[in-house]
Amino acid sequence: MSLILNHVYHIYGEDTTLQTAALQDICLTINDGDFIGLIGHTGSGKSTLVQHLNGLLKASKGDILFNGQDIYDKDFSLKDLRSRVGLVFQYPEHQLFETTVFEDVCFGPKNLGLSQKEVELRAYEALKQVGLEDDFFYQSPFELSGGQKRRVAIAGVLAMKPDILVLDEPTAGLDPKGRDEILGQVKKLHDESNITVVLVSHSMEDVANYVNRIVVMNRGRILYDDVPKAVFSHYKELEEVGLAAPQVTYIMHKLLEEGFPVRTDATTIKEAADEILRVIG
Amino acid sequence: MAIIESKNLSFDYIRRDENGNVEGITRAVDDISLSIEQGDFIAILGHNGSGKSTFAKHLNAILYPTEGSIYVDGKDTRKEENIWDVRQTAGMVFQNPDNQIIGQVVEEDVGFGPENLGIPTKEIWERVEESLKAVGMYEYRKHSPNKLSGGQKQRVSIAGVIAMHPKCIVLDEPTAMLDPNGRKDVIRAARALNDVEKVTIILITHYMEEVIYADKVYVMDKGRVKLQGTPREVFSHVEELKELRLDVPQVTLLAHELQKRGLRIPDGILTMDELTAALKMGDICH
Repeated sequence: MSLILNHVYHIYGEDTTLQTAALQDICLTINDGDFIGLIGHTGSGKSTLVQHLNGLLKASKGDILFNGQDIYDKDFSLKDLRSRVGLVFQYPEHQLFETTVFEDVCFGPKNLGLSQKEVELRAYEALKQVGLEDDFFYQSPFELSGGQKRRVAIAGVLAMKPDILVLDEPTAGLDPKGRDEILGQVKKLHDESNITVVLVSHSMEDVANYVNRIVVMNRGRILYDDVPKAVFSHYKELEEVGLAAPQVTYIMHKLLEEGFPVRTDATTIKEAADEILRVIG
Repeated sequence: MAIIESKNLSFDYIRRDENGNVEGITRAVDDISLSIEQGDFIAILGHNGSGKSTFAKHLNAILYPTEGSIYVDGKDTRKEENIWDVRQTAGMVFQNPDNQIIGQVVEEDVGFGPENLGIPTKEIWERVEESLKAVGMYEYRKHSPNKLSGGQKQRVSIAGVIAMHPKCIVLDEPTAMLDPNGRKDVIRAARALNDVEKVTIILITHYMEEVIYADKVYVMDKGRVKLQGTPREVFSHVEELKELRLDVPQVTLLAHELQKRGLRIPDGILTMDELTAALKMGDICH
C-alpha cells in the first residue's frame, strides 16, 4: 500500500487576480507503516496538502497514485479512497452530532453500506482503540471533556478501518496530559494495528517524541523530508521559515557553546539526559 | 489598587430538562479569592475542565458569580450599570479567532471596537494602525480576514482588543492554534503591552514555556486554586503538576530528569542559562 504525489500543484483562485499557489511541485511518497510528522508555519500549505490525500481537493496539476492507480481516473472510486485514507480535521469534536457516543462512531461505517452487526463491531473496536471506557458509550458526546470528545471523533474515522490515518493538529487546545494520551494512543495504533499515520503538528516536541519521519512545508513546497534528527539539525533554517527545533536541541547547542563536549542531535528529554550524563557523569 | 479582586467567587453551571427543572449542578469555580494588581502579568494554568475559562469569563461579566463577588477596577460585575465599564476595562481574546472576527477587511474589524466606544474617526484609524503594528499584521490591513491563516486571524483579534485600550487583557488560550512563530509573536506582543503600556495581562495557556516570564502563576484544579506563586515556585512541583495533568517547561523537565538520575541541580530551573550555570558548578555528581 502506498500513496504517491507526483509533481502536485494546487492553485487557489486560478485565473483570478487573487491567484495563489498553495502547493507547488510536491513530490511525496507515503509508504506502508510510516509515521510522518508534517510541519510548517500557518499558511505553508499543510492543510491543503492533507486534503489532497483523500481527494477532497483536486490538484491543479500533477497526479496522485494510490496503490499505483491514478485517483483522478474516471473509473477510480473516490468513495473507496476516502474510507482507506481517514482524515481527522482540526477540532474534530465540532463535527460530533449524534445523540450518543456509540451512534456517532457508527455513522462512518454505516455509510460504507456494511451490515448493522459489522457497523457495531467496528464502532466498538474503534472506541476501544482510542481508549474510551464502556461507561461513555451511551452518553451524549457533548457531555464529555475536550480530550474525550476528540477521541470519539478520531474513533469515528478509525471505524472506517483506514490504511492511512491523517490527523490535522489533533492536540490543539488539549492539556498536556490529554495531549500525551491522544498521541500515545495514535502511536499504539501505528505500532500494533500497523496503520500508516500522518500527523500535522505545530509542536516540535510532539513530533520529536513520536514520529519517524518529518516532512517540512514552506510556502507550498517541501523543504525537508528526512528522519527527525536530520531535520532538526537544520534548526537555523527551520527558524527562518517560522518553525523551530525542540527545546532540548537548543539546550544541547547552548551546552556545546559553553564548553561541554556534548553531541547536539538529541531531540527528546531522555536523549538529552543520556548525553549530558555521558559527558559529565 | 487591585484591578481584579475576587472574593469567595463560586459559579455553578445548572443543567435543566425541557420543562426547566434542574437536572444537575456542576460547580465550575469553587471559592476563589485572589487579587491582581494593575500592571501584573498573570498566568493561569489548569487541565481541560479545571475552571480556568469559567473564571476568565467572570473578568468581563460574561458570567456572574453564583456566590461571592468579583470587582473589576473597583466595579462590581453584578451591577448592570457597570457592565460597559467592566467590558471596557477588561478586553477578552478567545481561543478560536473564527468566532471573533466580523469585519470584511482587517482594518475594519480592528476598528469595530473603538467605533462602538464612540471614539472620533481620526483616532480610530490611529488606534487601528498602532494595534495592527503591535501584532505584526499591519501589512495585511487591506486583506479579507477570511483569507488569513488561523494564526494571522488570531493576531487580528488581539489587535481588535488592543484598539479599545483596555487596562487589562484576558487571553484565553490565544496560541492553541498557532505555529511556533505565531505563538512567539502573540506572547511577545502581550509582554510588550505589559512592559511598555503597563496593561495587565491574564494569560490562560497549556504551553508551559509561555508563562516563565509571568509575575505570578495560578494553577487551577476542580474550580479551585491549587498552587500559586512565581513561575519558579510553581514549576518546582514537577510531580504535582503532572498529577494535575499539566507539565513543566522542557528545560525544567530536563533538569528534573538529571536530578532524578543523581545530579545535584537546584529545583525550579526555568531557562537554558540557569541549567548551563547549574551544570558548570563543580561537585554536582554524587
